Amino acid sequence: MAETLAQVARVDGLGMIQIRADLDCAGEAIAEAAGLALPDVARITGDGSRSLGWMSPDELLLVLPAADLPEALAALEQALAGEHALLADVSDMRAVFDVTGRHAADVIAKLSPTDLAALPPDGLRRSRAAQVAVGFWRLADGFRVIGFRSTADYLALILKNAALPGSTLAPR
Amino acid sequence: MTHTRPFRLPKGGRLIDRAWQLPFRFDGRHLRGVTGDTLASALLANGQMMMGRSFKYHRPRGPLASGAEEPNALFGLGQGGRFEPNQRATTTPLVPGMVLRSQNCWPSLDADLMSVNSWLAPLLPAGFYYKTFIHPRAAWKHLFEPLIRRSAGLGRAPAERDPDRYEQAYAHADLVVVGGGIAGLQAARAAADRGGRVIVLEQNPHWGGRTPVDHGPEGEAAIAALLDDLRGRDNVTLRRNTMATGLYDHGYLLARESLADHDPNQGIPRQRLWRIRAGHVIAATGALERPLAFACNDVPGVMLASAVRDFIVDYGVAPGQRLLVVTNNDDAYRTALVALDAGLDLAAVIDARPHATGPLPDAVRERGVDVVTGSGIARVRGSRHVEGVAICRQSGDGHVTGGYDCDVVAMSGGWSPVVHLFSHCGGKLTWDEGQAMFRPDPDRPPLGADGQAMASATGAANGDLRCAGDLERDEGPTLPVWVMPQNAGAKARAKMWLDFQNDVKVSDVELAAREGYASVEHTKRYTTLGMATDQGKVSNINGLAILSGALNQPIPQTGTTTFRPPYAPLTLATIAADARGEAFQPLRKTPMHGWHDRHGASWEPVGHWRRPYCYPRAGEDRHAAVNREILAVRGSVGTLDASTLGKIVVKGPDAGRFLDMIYTGMMSTLPVGKCRYGIMCNENGFLIDDGVVVRLSQDTWLCHTTTGGAERIHGHMEDWLQCEWWDWKVFTANLTEQFAQVAVAGPKAHTLLERLGGDIDLSPEALPFMGFAEGQLAGIPARVFRISFSGELSFEVAVPAGRGLELWERLHEAGRDLGVTPYGTEAMHVMRAEKGFIMIGDETDGTAIPQDLGLGWAISRKKPDYIGKRAHARSHMTDGARWRLVGLESLDGRVLPDGAYAVDQGVNANGQKKTQGRVTSSYHSPTLDRPIAMGLVRHGPERMGQELEFPLPSGEVMKARIVDPVFYDKEGARANG
Amino acid sequence: MLTLTCPYCGVKAEETELQPGGEAHLKRVGPGGSDQAFEDYLFARQNPKGVHFERWRHAYGCGKWFLAARDTATLQVFGTYRAQTPHPPDEITAAIKAARPDWTPAPNAADWTQAE
Repeated sequence: MAETLAQVARVDGLGMIQIRADLDCAGEAIAEAAGLALPDVARITGDGSRSLGWMSPDELLLVLPAADLPEALAALEQALAGEHALLADVSDMRAVFDVTGRHAADVIAKLSPTDLAALPPDGLRRSRAAQVAVGFWRLADGFRVIGFRSTADYLALILKNAALPGSTLAPR
Repeated sequence: MTHTRPFRLPKGGRLIDRAWQLPFRFDGRHLRGVTGDTLASALLANGQMMMGRSFKYHRPRGPLASGAEEPNALFGLGQGGRFEPNQRATTTPLVPGMVLRSQNCWPSLDADLMSVNSWLAPLLPAGFYYKTFIHPRAAWKHLFEPLIRRSAGLGRAPAERDPDRYEQAYAHADLVVVGGGIAGLQAARAAADRGGRVIVLEQNPHWGGRTPVDHGPEGEAAIAALLDDLRGRDNVTLRRNTMATGLYDHGYLLARESLADHDPNQGIPRQRLWRIRAGHVIAATGALERPLAFACNDVPGVMLASAVRDFIVDYGVAPGQRLLVVTNNDDAYRTALVALDAGLDLAAVIDARPHATGPLPDAVRERGVDVVTGSGIARVRGSRHVEGVAICRQSGDGHVTGGYDCDVVAMSGGWSPVVHLFSHCGGKLTWDEGQAMFRPDPDRPPLGADGQAMASATGAANGDLRCAGDLERDEGPTLPVWVMPQNAGAKARAKMWLDFQNDVKVSDVELAAREGYASVEHTKRYTTLGMATDQGKVSNINGLAILSGALNQPIPQTGTTTFRPPYAPLTLATIAADARGEAFQPLRKTPMHGWHDRHGASWEPVGHWRRPYCYPRAGEDRHAAVNREILAVRGSVGTLDASTLGKIVVKGPDAGRFLDMIYTGMMSTLPVGKCRYGIMCNENGFLIDDGVVVRLSQDTWLCHTTTGGAERIHGHMEDWLQCEWWDWKVFTANLTEQFAQVAVAGPKAHTLLERLGGDIDLSPEALPFMGFAEGQLAGIPARVFRISFSGELSFEVAVPAGRGLELWERLHEAGRDLGVTPYGTEAMHVMRAEKGFIMIGDETDGTAIPQDLGLGWAISRKKPDYIGKRAHARSHMTDGARWRLVGLESLDGRVLPDGAYAVDQGVNANGQKKTQGRVTSSYHSPTLDRPIAMGLVRHGPERMGQELEFPLPSGEVMKARIVDPVFYDKEGARANG
Repeated sequence: MLTLTCPYCGVKAEETELQPGGEAHLKRVGPGGSDQAFEDYLFARQNPKGVHFERWRHAYGCGKWFLAARDTATLQVFGTYRAQTPHPPDEITAAIKAARPDWTPAPNAADWTQAE
């Protein structure tokens, strides 16, 4: 029996803060409060523990250990005081999966119409996986996929189905 | 069937491995093939030439071709859930243990009783089906329809669930080359040199197309060299067993890869549908040989010359022992040479051309074979198998000049480029008079997103039949031959098949032309020429040439029918792929989903959500459970999982102004800490959603939407913010799934919540009706809204989704002695109807305005504008005769049917009774122990006490009285506890 | 199935990642608008065979609405641009005219072409 294309593991214990603001005005202040570099369009920056992703022209997503969230939220609130901005703890509404292994890219290619060759090493792609919205970015040995909490079971199922042993995309 | 010599040749067969014998079963017989065989080559090797029955006349048929164009040799394959009809014998690899069943015959292939249709052929002309419609109606109903229904359809659909897996995958490339023959591989090499990602797709398990067969070892070597080169390149992907089935807009190419077809033991997906985005597609799809139209050209043993050659060279199988070749071109002489090399007898080569010179005909003559020029076949002898042919002059009327005994006729009517892919998305063709073929017109290609050609053709697919370069020998020109002989009589024309699968003959197309069918598209439908799996592969050019002849017009004027995808059939399983069973569609689950499931919830789908409809206990049906739940809420306390309600935060200096536009009511004046019911309309003025709005802080509002409305309403808000009022400072966030929400309702709701402990003052003074408070409950951060959809004292508690289950379980532990009862959506629906509250989707249907529903109070008169305000001023919207909301009281104690219409006096233009209203919600109220209903009635609110009649489908009429829609607690005292 | 490039995030998205939104550059008619003007706003659409301006949302992406200039017959895309654009930018009209020299905007779209 061939091995699975990639390991699919649910990731718990992550905190997430949705940040909506005018990034031209407040971007640097947000980045500073988050302790990370401001990501370029459709990119994600990180320091191994935290990541700051560009979600849309006026939206960033800070991903960090859940325990750090209250402090980070307070820091962001302070940094954005007086600015027109919206901060929301969105940790509970997300489901996160790490898809890792030699053929992790095959798993993504079965579910999303994304051209992975056009996804830079620090790219953050928002797309769909089969029938649900997801965002994903590269890890050292695969991808981190974030979807919604309510469809976590579905997302887990389609990721595992796509990783079925023996179903690599390489020509045979 | 008896035969004197083995059909498997003693040597040859470049694709097979004789060392591995594979057993299989065909109509119950145990047979053997070898590794590398297709079903067709294995059957031929066993002497089985008859492989099917034609669709209409049930004539015995053998294989015509050796590839995807095969019209006759279609089988039912596999057993149980893996049974598949219409599997093409020529492209299906033999797998050990395969079970084949012949189709379209009864009781057996050899003795098919329906073959009587063949004798009835004169009674079943072109357009037979359509003509049956015209004749007396009784004949259609009692004679034709049952007959047609019984005989319709090739094969039978499997009844069981397909146990195999299928998947899809996306790919992106600068160039996709379809076809791994010499032209395709050369094009791929040239493109790879230029850089960019190149994918090459080949439908067969082997590379090279016709070159290895047509050009022998030199051809094989040329292909091997190209493959070596391409395999060494990083930017080239070579994929075999992958059939490009269709080209669509903007370079979207679908292709089906066979991974484990007919071999379920591998445990991998059986097929994979590739969804490819190609910068450009090169069709290197080769060409298909055309049959010749001579009398009885459908007798088993009459095959395309190229197919005969393929079976000999690729599989080491002789379709017969004594061959005769009939042709209008030089290429077919290759078949003669291959047959001679294989040691088979060659009766003669019959060539329709006046002269046959050049290296290929000369090589055949040198081997001592008769080459008879200027001649054709007058007819084929034999019925179940070719026994010989009668020969005539091609230019004559069929007067027989001689004859030959033979058991196979290898025919070639020339070649047609496979233009399907080029044509699927709008590419146009041009008629090549010299080669008598349609080929892609490079000036009218299919266009891509950049307005440039997104597909082109190369090699034989482009009309370049001599694309093997140095390997080619000189060939003389092809003579167009559409009917053999040229002046054949009517009797012969009625036996000349054009479309073998659908039994369309030369006479049928000529009849269609006589009956006025001048358009090739109409003729196709009338005669069924090129329908079903053929899609113009074998029959197209011959058919339209005959039509052109009958209409006395040149072929390009007739044109071709449209080439539509898929080129070869795709299974539904491949199209659905993983989207079946649990993965059929995403089910949305609330944080308390597992609890509901463990407590016996009966589910109701609401959008993609699953919500508990009710929680039936042992011995209870759903109705009893709903009644119990309602009485528990009204009598003590119940909990509803309201997590699915949309929760959209709207924040910013212009948020109030924005919400005043989005809602019909005034939201900017809502005090901090208060809730207000709001309704939203679209620009047409129709209600689209409703819910409670909460002002969280000076610049932040929380908007609740309906369960189905969260994404839609969030999108609606963003649309207006981004596209109309983009200078307004407002941000929105759809936080629906961040929170679990529980409605705690009933006279004991306050008591129950108090027991949880926390820092929120839940007293009526601190948290009055329509108030909001934030803090912690049971140690969980919570927002508490005192709002009520049941009419009872009610609190909606929102906590982070990750702690929703904890809150729910704490409520049930703390309220056990109060009889706290989980209630579902149906109890909620009934209780809101008892209170006369509307439900989006019940009282609204996309044409209801708030004024229809007595919601005028929720529209601000002070505001200069809101979305829908202009529409509400239209004359039809202000018309007092609109159907408006009322309560309906059944007069006989029965529940009115939901959706029933109240009839009026008189009839409409169609003779139907006029209507004056309809039932929008109808339930048995356990609280009141009688039926209640709401409905929309013309002038309704002004007609209190009047009776309406609701005719039922049974013919019976139910009566109901118009009453106030608030059936329970009209004063609203209970919401205050 | 179309592909369009989102002008906000640069993603070349396929149709399944997008939500269509009908004709672009409509002018809202609110309270006080005449019946005729309101009817046109709600219902009257160009529906041309040829050059068309339309709204798309990068729904499975950055969530932003953008506008696209496209030929409805050949599906050629002349360009995409941000929704906060009252009339097509010069580079879009230039791209259209380069490909369709005979093209002129529909009569009731005259107000935005005058801005050139």
